[in-house]
Amino acid sequence: MSRVELLSPEGLRIDGRRPAELRKITSTTAVLSQADGSAYLEHGNTKVLAAVYGPREARHRALVLHDRAIINVEFNVAPFSTGERRRRTKNDKRLLEMASFVKQTFEPVVVTTLYARSQIDIYLQIIQHDGGTLQACINAATMALIDAGIAMTDYVCACTAGWVEREAAIDLNHIEESSDTSEVTVAMLPKSGKITLMQMESRLHVDKLEEVLSLAGEGCKQMHVVMDKTIRDRAEDLAAKMAV
Amino acid sequence: MLRQKAFVKKTKSGKVLKVVKEHYLRDDIWCSAEACKECGHTETVLSATPSINKLFPLPHYIIPDTNIFMNQIDVMEKPQITNVIVLQTVLEEVKHLSLPIYKRVRDMISNKEKHFYVFSNEHHRETFIEKLKDESPNDRNDRAIRVATKWYANHIKDLKPQVSVVMMTDDAANRSKGTADGLQAVSVKWYIEALDNTELLDMISDSRELDDGQQLIYSEHLTPAHLSNGIKTGKFHQGKLGISSHNYLEGSVFTKIDGIEGTILIVGRENLNRAVDGDIIAVELLPKSEWRTTPTGVVVDEEEEKEEEESLKAEQKAASEHKEDVTMTDATKTATTTSALLDTPQPCGKVVGIIRRNWRQYCGFIDRKSVHTPAGSSAPINVLFYAMDSKIPKIKIRTRQAHSLLGQRIIVSIDSWPKTSKFPIGHFIRSLGEAGDKSTETEVLLLEHDVPFHEFSKQVLSFLPVEGENWVVQPEHFNGREDFRDLPVCSIDPPGCTDIDDALHVVALPNGNYQVGVHIADVTHFVKPGNVMDAEAASRGTTVYLVDKRIDMLPGLLGTNLCSLRSNVERLAFSCIWELNQDAEIVKVRFTKSVIASKASLTYEEAQNRIDDERMQDDITQGIRTLNTLAKKLKQKRLDMGALTLASPEVRFSLERDTQDPVDVEMKELKETNALVEEFMLLANISVARKIFEKFPDSAMLRCHPTPPASSFEKLEKAVARMGITIDHSTSKTLSESLDNAVLPEEPYFNKLLRIMTTRCMMQAVYFCSGAKIEQEFRHYGLATDIYTHFTSPIRRYSDVMVHRQLHAAIDSDISYGNELTDKESMNELCNVLNHRNRMAQQAARSSVELFTHLFFKNKVQEEEGYVIRILKNAFIVLVPKYGIEGIVYASAKAHKTTAAVDATATTAVATTTPAAGQPILVYNPETDSLQSTEPLAEGESPKIQIQLFQKVMVQISIDDDLKGGGEGGMRQKLKMDLLKPWVEGISVHGICNKDDPEAHAVTSSLHAADKSNSLKRETEAPATPKRADKRSKA
Repeated sequence: MSRVELLSPEGLRIDGRRPAELRKITSTTAVLSQADGSAYLEHGNTKVLAAVYGPREARHRALVLHDRAIINVEFNVAPFSTGERRRRTKNDKRLLEMASFVKQTFEPVVVTTLYARSQIDIYLQIIQHDGGTLQACINAATMALIDAGIAMTDYVCACTAGWVEREAAIDLNHIEESSDTSEVTVAMLPKSGKITLMQMESRLHVDKLEEVLSLAGEGCKQMHVVMDKTIRDRAEDLAAKMAV
Repeated sequence: MLRQKAFVKKTKSGKVLKVVKEHYLRDDIWCSAEACKECGHTETVLSATPSINKLFPLPHYIIPDTNIFMNQIDVMEKPQITNVIVLQTVLEEVKHLSLPIYKRVRDMISNKEKHFYVFSNEHHRETFIEKLKDESPNDRNDRAIRVATKWYANHIKDLKPQVSVVMMTDDAANRSKGTADGLQAVSVKWYIEALDNTELLDMISDSRELDDGQQLIYSEHLTPAHLSNGIKTGKFHQGKLGISSHNYLEGSVFTKIDGIEGTILIVGRENLNRAVDGDIIAVELLPKSEWRTTPTGVVVDEEEEKEEEESLKAEQKAASEHKEDVTMTDATKTATTTSALLDTPQPCGKVVGIIRRNWRQYCGFIDRKSVHTPAGSSAPINVLFYAMDSKIPKIKIRTRQAHSLLGQRIIVSIDSWPKTSKFPIGHFIRSLGEAGDKSTETEVLLLEHDVPFHEFSKQVLSFLPVEGENWVVQPEHFNGREDFRDLPVCSIDPPGCTDIDDALHVVALPNGNYQVGVHIADVTHFVKPGNVMDAEAASRGTTVYLVDKRIDMLPGLLGTNLCSLRSNVERLAFSCIWELNQDAEIVKVRFTKSVIASKASLTYEEAQNRIDDERMQDDITQGIRTLNTLAKKLKQKRLDMGALTLASPEVRFSLERDTQDPVDVEMKELKETNALVEEFMLLANISVARKIFEKFPDSAMLRCHPTPPASSFEKLEKAVARMGITIDHSTSKTLSESLDNAVLPEEPYFNKLLRIMTTRCMMQAVYFCSGAKIEQEFRHYGLATDIYTHFTSPIRRYSDVMVHRQLHAAIDSDISYGNELTDKESMNELCNVLNHRNRMAQQAARSSVELFTHLFFKNKVQEEEGYVIRILKNAFIVLVPKYGIEGIVYASAKAHKTTAAVDATATTAVATTTPAAGQPILVYNPETDSLQSTEPLAEGESPKIQIQLFQKVMVQISIDDDLKGGGEGGMRQKLKMDLLKPWVEGISVHGICNKDDPEAHAVTSSLHAADKSNSLKRETEAPATPKRADKRSKA
């Protein structure tokens, strides 16, 4: 049992949220001019920068697929992203695993057949870490891909949910994550409700799974609203500029 | 909803870390006042019409500060205090300072009748405040409380009916700042005084008032920083203080001295320096010149003559509790005594600081001598309180109801112990009732042993099956269960047993083997992990059996009905099915959930009669006979493996039907059928232990019985060596053999006695989590098995509930289970809790027996045969097998002051040379571990009187109630044992005679004296039987 009271009997979490509330989300796209598409996203204190290059010619001929594009994801955590400075090697298994999760998430959504024999690179950089990195990465990547103008069947919205003490709660922060909470990350296509990724590393009682999943689904829908607004604002902005 | 962020810096374990936390401030935290329409709350906690206090014109809500909860929690818990707003700031501070108090506050909050509302002011947009520059955290919190109070005052000022808020704080500065802000502020004392309730007034803890002494009695405690530094450098030693049960001015700390584990003795008031039993303290060693050789010196305090008498009394109390410290403490005690024998001084120390107090609430009584006002006066006076636990010093309390509390058992808690006060200062909490009254005393013993005995809450009961009594096995229950309803299952239990958790069956198989089944009540079908009922059961840990009642672990509906495997009803069970061959060897074993219908619930006696009665030839009886033969084979095998047969003097009381007063005492009898059930339960437990260990190698709940250390046998070995008997305790097998061989033809009880004493040398069996020990340490010494657990009594033990869950998970891969079964840490914690609860339950049961023994001996004087089972420095302990009781007999004259006073004439008539009070008549001789008379001895001559272990003596048993109604003896109600035979001048008393008639007494006693001098010779000769004399000369 953790000693920290994650959810007060009054129903408030340590940072003052209620179980079904997301953190404050801010997002912008096209933050980097070099990249074909980019996005910056904050989930509370978790901050991610995503850059998309491509579709472009594949680096290694051997990897080229003749009928579709390959997606390459690189994931990195800045040494200064946590309170304690920690440098990670490039081949850190956890980083590679995270990258492969993101890759798996997007492979069915990006219409890769449009970009045969090419490669799409997604670079993800965690700038500040406060829990929920995977969801933040997926959301940032979605926006960067849209910014890059790559064809996708739908948005991919991700959200974590976990079982905090006696209730399901979404968008766990670092303290909640690190006190032995079971946590599920769900990435969803909000229009169809299809799930492209569901990832959980800890044990969760099967009776509670349903509740946690439905809450995560709710979270994904809320994410969609926020992301969609940013994209539309950006598009309107661009349209306004083009009209001039 | 507005969101803002606050940044907090925090340091962790030496490293300075910047922790950034988000902090969302909200607009949707409601005031919860019933009359408020503005807030969006649906359910309100604070009532529209709170109580009125004379001090304030309006009905009001109270907003207390942290210290009110910390110091006056007992007052706050009273039903008079309602409609309180608990601020989050306050709650968090309380939690940080003391978890137990936090728990109590939480309990109050969940109690609907108290109307306690938690206002999350730190998350509220208007009440959250940033810490100002140069503002201490305390000041910030005080300001936060004022801001919140102010917010409330503004928020509810227009409500109809009118209400106000009152800030309650004992901090005058905070009060004045509050009043300056236009708030109503009050101290607890003013508030309670205006309520006109003496009981409540008594409960206010106000240390300043009681602290009368101006001169310093104790030296200052060092600061925490100083202490932790000293501990790091090895100058101080940290440990938990254990006060000797003989003497409350003597304690010891088990700690590491220069890397070697050892005990530091702390003797005397100054050295103890306000430490109370159980506190975690820092000790500084005294210079070697001040080390002492004996751990059991009697402390004399020149300021107070009572002191000595008291410490003796304390000893008296301790003696009867000796049987409680059977294992561990005994081991250490023997160790200390042996070191004393070797004349090496024990390290002594003094307390330099207290790291953590471990104060709790104490049951006890007010000392009559300390009440000086005339009867009926209700002026507040300071009185002294004696705790029932003799390890606790007297506590000074202030009360207005001293006279009505005299002769009652009350609960008191300690508030503080300033260095100017000789005694700790406390306050009255509540009265339990008349001393000596059975229900009061039972409550006392439950409280003292920390046994939760409150009724099951509604919440707990809500998890019972909705069908209640009418619950029956439904077709869907057969899913995943085998149908054993046709098997000839029966249960065998003690008479009057209503919580039947085990049943048995046997069926002969065509191949000549037997199918034997043990069916255990399927408690886990009803108690699901994690729900409130489960949590309650886990915290209770075990059912506590007292002489006249039972404190259940599970609600009665489950324990005595739905789970109980009663005859002729269908019940759910967890079955363990073996195939045993003719030699009772296991061919196959399997476990399954099942449905059974027991054919008969028998008592041990009924089962025995069925076995013996040859006319009975029905299935059940045949089955019991088969089981009996198998059980005998199993037992033989177990004994061959080296299982121990130990003994303890257990008694049973026959109670009068209506009053439940004890009318007779008898030793518990064991029948063959007891052993029958026991054998199969052991077999089941062992089989289950193997299974769950296989499935959960890291987290299985097992039970082990450690091998006792050699040192714990030292004394016993020496004593029996004198009788030409050796005890080989290297393995349980050799021990069991040497116990079997230790028979004295002239003393039939000797073997039993030896077994009783061997039992006391043992370690206590404990639950543990398999991941916490290496496999070699799993051994159960007493049962001589390499692995063991508890599976067979889930109705009354929580450990068995856990084992059931683990076993279920082990046999059925489809079921889902949470990490409660796999988490090593939490399992370990649970084991510790259960071990503590078990120990407490055992002690409570013993105390209950003791209580009934006292009731039984009330107004009775009995003469009985007893055996010396332990020799102390200035006393010896006698066990009377007939009643299974133990008592202390003193070797110095002082202890018999009361008797001596009554016998004054008699004594002068008989002996003119009564030794001066306090002077020992019998002296401890460490060489022979005996007490002997002090006359000068010639070379080789043995002393005239010698008291040795195992010696048979005659004692007179009575209840020491000479001082009834006020004195300590009467209030503590101790069993008194006086020596009759052998006759020792100044110690022994005379047989039953009329003490009120000195003349008659003088005559009888002189007669006795003549008589006794003869018997004395007999007695002194008796031990020197030729065999033993030989042994001694050889030595």
